[in-house]
Amino acid sequence: MELFELTLHELQERLARREITSEEIVKSIFTRINRVEAKVKAFITLTEESALQKAREIDTGGKYSGIAGIPLGLKDIFCTRGVKTTCGSRILENFVPAYESTASRRLHEQQGVLAGKLNMDEFAMGSSTENSAFFATHNPWDLTRVPGGSSGGSAAAVAADEVPFALGTDTGGSIRQPASYCGVVGMKPTYGRVSRWGVIAFASSLDQVGVFSKDVRDNALVMNIIAGHDPLDSTSAAIEVPDYTSNLDGDVKGLRIAYPREYFGPGIDSAITQSIKKALLKYEEMGAVVEEVSLPHSEYALPAYYLVAPAEASANLARFDGVRYGYRDFEAENVVSMFSQTRAQGFGDEVKRRIMLGTYALSSGYYDAYYLKALKVRRLIANDFAKVFSDFDMIVSPTTPTVAFKLGEQAGDPLTLYMNDILTVPINMAGLPGMSIPCGFEQGLPIGMQLIGKAFDEATLYKAAYAFEQNTEYHTMKPDLGVK
Amino acid sequence: MSKDFEIVIGLEVHAELKTQTKIFCACSTAFGAEPNTQTCPVCAGFPGMLPVLNELVVELAIKTGLALHSEIPELCKFDRKNYFYPDSPKAYQISQFDLPVCVGGYLDIDVNGQKKRVGITRAHMEEDAGKLVHQGDITTTPFSLVDLNRCGVPLLEIVSEPDMRSAQEARAYLEKLRSMLLFAGVSDCKMQEGSLRCDANVSIRPCGQKEYGTRTEIKNLNSFRALERAIEYEANRQKEALEDGEIIVQETRTWDEEKQLTRSMRSKEEAHDYRYFPEPDLPPLKISREWVDKIRGQMPEMPDQAQSRLVEEYGLPEYDAGLLTLTPENLSFFDQCLKEYPDAKTVSNWMMGELGRLLNQNNLEIDECNIKPSHLVQMLKAIEDGSISGKMAKAIFEEMFISGKSPALIIKEKGLVQISDEGTLLPVIEDIVKANPRVVEDYKNGKDKALGFFIGQIMKFTRGQANPALVNKLLKECLDRQ
Amino acid sequence: MALTIKEVEHVALLARLSLSEDEKKRFGEQLSSILNYADNLNSLPTDDIEPLTHILSVNNVFRTDEIKPSMGRDEMLANAPQAENSQYKVPKIM
Repeated sequence: MELFELTLHELQERLARREITSEEIVKSIFTRINRVEAKVKAFITLTEESALQKAREIDTGGKYSGIAGIPLGLKDIFCTRGVKTTCGSRILENFVPAYESTASRRLHEQQGVLAGKLNMDEFAMGSSTENSAFFATHNPWDLTRVPGGSSGGSAAAVAADEVPFALGTDTGGSIRQPASYCGVVGMKPTYGRVSRWGVIAFASSLDQVGVFSKDVRDNALVMNIIAGHDPLDSTSAAIEVPDYTSNLDGDVKGLRIAYPREYFGPGIDSAITQSIKKALLKYEEMGAVVEEVSLPHSEYALPAYYLVAPAEASANLARFDGVRYGYRDFEAENVVSMFSQTRAQGFGDEVKRRIMLGTYALSSGYYDAYYLKALKVRRLIANDFAKVFSDFDMIVSPTTPTVAFKLGEQAGDPLTLYMNDILTVPINMAGLPGMSIPCGFEQGLPIGMQLIGKAFDEATLYKAAYAFEQNTEYHTMKPDLGVK
Repeated sequence: MSKDFEIVIGLEVHAELKTQTKIFCACSTAFGAEPNTQTCPVCAGFPGMLPVLNELVVELAIKTGLALHSEIPELCKFDRKNYFYPDSPKAYQISQFDLPVCVGGYLDIDVNGQKKRVGITRAHMEEDAGKLVHQGDITTTPFSLVDLNRCGVPLLEIVSEPDMRSAQEARAYLEKLRSMLLFAGVSDCKMQEGSLRCDANVSIRPCGQKEYGTRTEIKNLNSFRALERAIEYEANRQKEALEDGEIIVQETRTWDEEKQLTRSMRSKEEAHDYRYFPEPDLPPLKISREWVDKIRGQMPEMPDQAQSRLVEEYGLPEYDAGLLTLTPENLSFFDQCLKEYPDAKTVSNWMMGELGRLLNQNNLEIDECNIKPSHLVQMLKAIEDGSISGKMAKAIFEEMFISGKSPALIIKEKGLVQISDEGTLLPVIEDIVKANPRVVEDYKNGKDKALGFFIGQIMKFTRGQANPALVNKLLKECLDRQ
Repeated sequence: MALTIKEVEHVALLARLSLSEDEKKRFGEQLSSILNYADNLNSLPTDDIEPLTHILSVNNVFRTDEIKPSMGRDEMLANAPQAENSQYKVPKIM
């Protein structure tokens, strides 16, 4: 097996046994990147030289533990010191931050090696990565299809063995949905579990940093490093981080699993519904208790989300005004037209749409009917989950209503695209942890199963996910990109 | 304002809170630094940045609320106030909208002996914006430069009820508010440095009418005097407009100090919909009663209390006590003098009189000038024991102000000791009297000016150092002998 | 809930986005359709429900009043489209 095919923990073991060096790993993945990137197009920026340099330094130091010496990718939403950070947008096309996000800094401090910055929907707004201002990323399982979004580059890069793991962000499903489409493990932890400092904000009360990996153990390993309180983020939780790798024992006897009937309705592909139901049977075989429940306000989550998220985004994106950084329209004669023209030229359509939607929802006369109403509905959704979790340990559902769709297929109507998030959005609205793991295929395209947990109970999700994974083969399957 | 109309004034005061660091980041708040040397990605609104609240800001806000007799609610939160301007890097200001830190309250003012209670609507915390530098006037400059040092400096916005009815009342309110903030130790209140800013909301209505007239907001008031003049100008402008059959437009106007008038700042492009919503990056504040009580227990003496104390303990007139408690530095100076020299009225007279005049002329605060309480005391004792006269004291005092030297040293250096020795004065008096027989005649004929003439000559000869009372006595005796 | 062109223009002004006539029409239609979908919320009674503004039930997150070094001026201005005299330069206000 090539080094680029290995998981993080496999690479870790070989490094620890001095069978390989970090430089060899980095060279291997860049060989892979050179072979497949033209097809996958996951990366906006590659940092091969600095990666090799860091790898050599680590090899000289000779200390390998955790992720030391192992390459990784970062969604281009993480501010990286000295490395261009575009957020998938023309308005930040040449922005080079002088500061490093907390999450990526923690990886860096553990001697992780940055391979590059990954493609995304502009400002994390989208479900296909087609909204990137630069180019679309292609699903490694079928290059004519989308990888999902907004963290499409991260999911595709891991699925294509370009990096063993990557960080993404998830506001309405942007980690779980692409993980599902690309057949990899994607975890969005509880809101507040990982610091948002240095992560370009889309919707402040919904954004969370999370991890893409080839298997559950890898994911837990990385989460151990990035999770934890950050004094720079007032919304980061001062709750201890357990060792997420300590419960990976395959034992789910007595685990109480709920599945909400509203997530298995007619809008979901029957192949997907069947796949999840099969997975639930597997859990029962393993000793879990599985019961149907209701989350009665489920249908209201998506419309509420499409008021709350754009509202917060409209304020978060207002700082992009051409004054201190980013693109500026130099033709503008005065400041007001500079603002309006800079933003008109720098932002793509979806971003403009959401900014306007959000502005409208907050505007005088509409605040109560839209934004405030949506926040009240949000509480109802959170209450639904709280009620179920008073009696169950975990909720299971499909991650997405369909498998990966074709590039360009849903470009026409924004609402259609929004519907892709229908199963993931409620989890962000409630601030709960959610994970997607591969659990089947429909005509060669990956199906993802969503595991939802109680607040700060990522440990149960990792445990349950591991148990399923180890009793199935999906995590060993890789797309055939027609190259070696 | 004529008898037909009354002016209605409300003031919005922004006070910079006296913290070392900004409200949401650890950059310094020091005044006068080189442009953009006190900023970081957080206060400059860079992508991915998040605010973290400075606890001292909340404490100072609560302290202010207590001094203003406000209610400190148990729950308050921050909100985003959204608007685009080059000095506002996030294009929203983190402020407080519907749940501010202080609600209600009052401030008692005194206008020429008339007492009045002005209501406080609310006070809330917010962050300051940066500074725009234009080439010349904002309306004609071809470009502007942005300095973000001030961005994120903590402000407390204090909103009064529209209870004031004259420019004088408005001024008295601002002066009292400033005193109170100084005594509470929450702000430096330096209007010229911008740590105390005031906007006035002015409207007029026919006397007896309950409904308020349309108000305008006046900005750019950089001194107490500007506040008074702007209010008077604006009230008059509104009155004339109404009398001409025009309607008053609700708008923002700027005070033009040079031309002494208010000008409309209305820009047709501006649609002021701030779209307030709760700040998601900052958890709400729960202000426990214990915390409030603790702060209350640490409150220093407030101006009203100090003023009462001076009146009761020293029998000073209220007016005097009011001036002495205008700032904590004034009060401290006074208190220190009183420790060594218990004549409160005399100390007060000198502080309000000579010292006040010199401070004003030289644009200095009492703690910035060269005169120390101990020196004033020394001088007053010298007057008391007769070694210098009151008139000489004035000259000595000016020298003390300029050089910072002690009165004893100045007296010594200039040989200014008052001549109170009969043996020294009598020959001088007799010489002058004998040299002016005509004037002696005038005196004997009842002409009062004659006495003044002799005194003038004697003072001239003794360079003002002759003890006036003694001169009077000896001169009269001498003239009687002629 | 159909947005008029005037309403679209007003929102675009508030958001500082300059739009072409075609964009105004197109966005107007798309926004109207999304808002129609959002109107589904109206059927939910929420009068007695407290809005959920903060996910974590945390209060009073503070820092102490200690100065930390600011970021160097050159670093801060490094991404500025236009700067002069160590300040960000912008075209005229009016």
